[in-house]
Amino acid sequence: MVDISNDDIGEINRLKLWEMMLKLRLVEKKAYDLFLQNLIKGTSHLALGQEAIAGAFGVALQEGDYTFCTYRGHAHTLARGSSIEGVLGELMGRQCGLMKGKGGSMHLTDVDKGVMGSYAIIGAHLTIANGTALASKYNKTKEVSVCFFGDGTTNIGAFHEALNMAKIWDLPIVFVCENNLYMEYTAISDVTAVEHPAADRASAYSLEKIIVDGNDADEMFRTAQAAIQKAREGNGPSLIEAKTYRHSGHSRADPGKYRPDEEVKDWLENKDPITNYRKRLLDYNIDEKVISDIENKIKQEVEEATEISKSSPIPDTKEIFTDVWADGGYEWHN
Amino acid sequence: MAQLTYRESVSLAIAQAMRKDPKVFFIGEDVGAAGGVFKATVGLLEEFGKDRVMDAPISEQAILGAAMGAAMTGLRPIAEIMFSDFLAVCWDIVANQIAKTRYMSDGQITIPLVIRTANGGGSKFGAQHSQSLENWSMMIPGLKVVAPSSPADVLGLMNTAVNDPDPVIFYEHKSLYASKQELDNTDLSIPFGQANILHEGSDITIIGLALMAQRSKKAAEILKEKHDINAKVLDLRTLVPLDLQTIKKSINETGFAMTVEENPRLCGWGAEISSLITEHCFSNLKGPVTRITTPHVPLPSADILEDNTIPSVDLIVNEVIKKIKGE
Repeated sequence: MVDISNDDIGEINRLKLWEMMLKLRLVEKKAYDLFLQNLIKGTSHLALGQEAIAGAFGVALQEGDYTFCTYRGHAHTLARGSSIEGVLGELMGRQCGLMKGKGGSMHLTDVDKGVMGSYAIIGAHLTIANGTALASKYNKTKEVSVCFFGDGTTNIGAFHEALNMAKIWDLPIVFVCENNLYMEYTAISDVTAVEHPAADRASAYSLEKIIVDGNDADEMFRTAQAAIQKAREGNGPSLIEAKTYRHSGHSRADPGKYRPDEEVKDWLENKDPITNYRKRLLDYNIDEKVISDIENKIKQEVEEATEISKSSPIPDTKEIFTDVWADGGYEWHN
Repeated sequence: MAQLTYRESVSLAIAQAMRKDPKVFFIGEDVGAAGGVFKATVGLLEEFGKDRVMDAPISEQAILGAAMGAAMTGLRPIAEIMFSDFLAVCWDIVANQIAKTRYMSDGQITIPLVIRTANGGGSKFGAQHSQSLENWSMMIPGLKVVAPSSPADVLGLMNTAVNDPDPVIFYEHKSLYASKQELDNTDLSIPFGQANILHEGSDITIIGLALMAQRSKKAAEILKEKHDINAKVLDLRTLVPLDLQTIKKSINETGFAMTVEENPRLCGWGAEISSLITEHCFSNLKGPVTRITTPHVPLPSADILEDNTIPSVDLIVNEVIKKIKGE
């Protein structure tokens, strides 16, 4: 049983976390269904099972803060408040999509919500996120930049360049490594010189070693809040390693068969962030009806957004020729 | 009237931009306290301080990534990559991120960023510190490509680059840093996509860029004095956007076209120009377009080897004579 007498998170935030994680889960499941119906083409990388990380930051961040995520970024985009039809519409290549079909699943961007892009080349966005953080420091404003990435990123050069630069200039940034144990098809432990791919590198950049259960929404929320506050108060960057597990394969094309059955079973049955959080809400004496009302509300929102996306027109082919340049066009000679 | 070197015009151009706009800052390796390895940024740290002139670690990806992210919020960074050859170590940030993010975001993100870099040969630095790489960036949609050939052009084009809302790669030629020019006014502005006529002539059009534009001009002077050939020399100044109209007009008048490039042969920018000329001026051409380039080799280091690899004034003179006289 949990000790409910000394609750630092509170019912309001707990229900926000619950609603947020459910939304991320149900939209990802819907994206998978739409793939099977061939309404979504190309590739997609689902964050099923990793919802507590994006969800906790989504609740902890403020309007105006900047987030950067990877090609596995549907959840992180939704977590900032982007519309479900904006995300599903983009995956389906419809006009209602966040970028009208010009970016696709791996590049979701919603600047109005602080979603400064989803990046599909490993490591690049850590260096770019430093730039928005640098701008906040330069302008003496209080936004915090948060950069999500996977365990595989910790072995690429840009990761190390970015951490060093963030530290030497004490940038207001939080780096969040979602360690789901597999870089793509290969176990991260098979190809990494340290046990904890991000946290064990922290000391090289004079950063604190932070490891958190990324499937525990409360722990994630506390960790996120502390790192965000540190950055906002001008006390520099943090590097968080959140342990988690993806329920599906790396991408649409991957059934994930390289993972032992027992391991998959354990994570799905015993460590699912949403199943476990539902139990916790009940432990905190939250009315089951409140919990299921939120579930029903989100289900309905996802269904409605799916219908909006399906009925949204496909883009005009004129869109091909727009927005290479800031003047809106693509001409390169007079 | 002030006499300025190309080198001095770089620091003056940056200083003028920073004085006018507090959103402009400058970041690079050894650019502040050291004033740049080519001494092209001397005095900036003293005038603007550490917050606006940032000495960065040897981390080209982190430098350009930080500049890109800052530009995404509306700041106007100028980032230095010490040698253009080093663009290869941060090419993901340039080619995948900086160039494509506006398009992929459906115009949500604007990246007003200048990457300036020392480009070109002549210093006997060997194959990894001497390349002319304008064509690398020319072939990527979303990048503007600038290569000034004089102090005035450095000032005028840098002013335009800093105020341009799109990412600009600004290639400074190492062998031009010491070149000088008398200038009445240093607060210049030169629009992109406007070629400069360095020498008038009606017999042939020679198209060059940066050092090769200056060598073409010298060749034209010799051709006029000693060989009675009048060559028109166009300095493109920017490859993207390209001043196709001026090229077309000139070729239609002269009937002969030659490009002079410092890069190796394959896929050099002259190939694109040659293709455009064939497409647009075919009926007015008196012969095939000639491309002068370096041979398709990495640049060697020794004096005699480098000098014989990069197109020289004599080579341009001889090629023009061969072409006009039909030899």
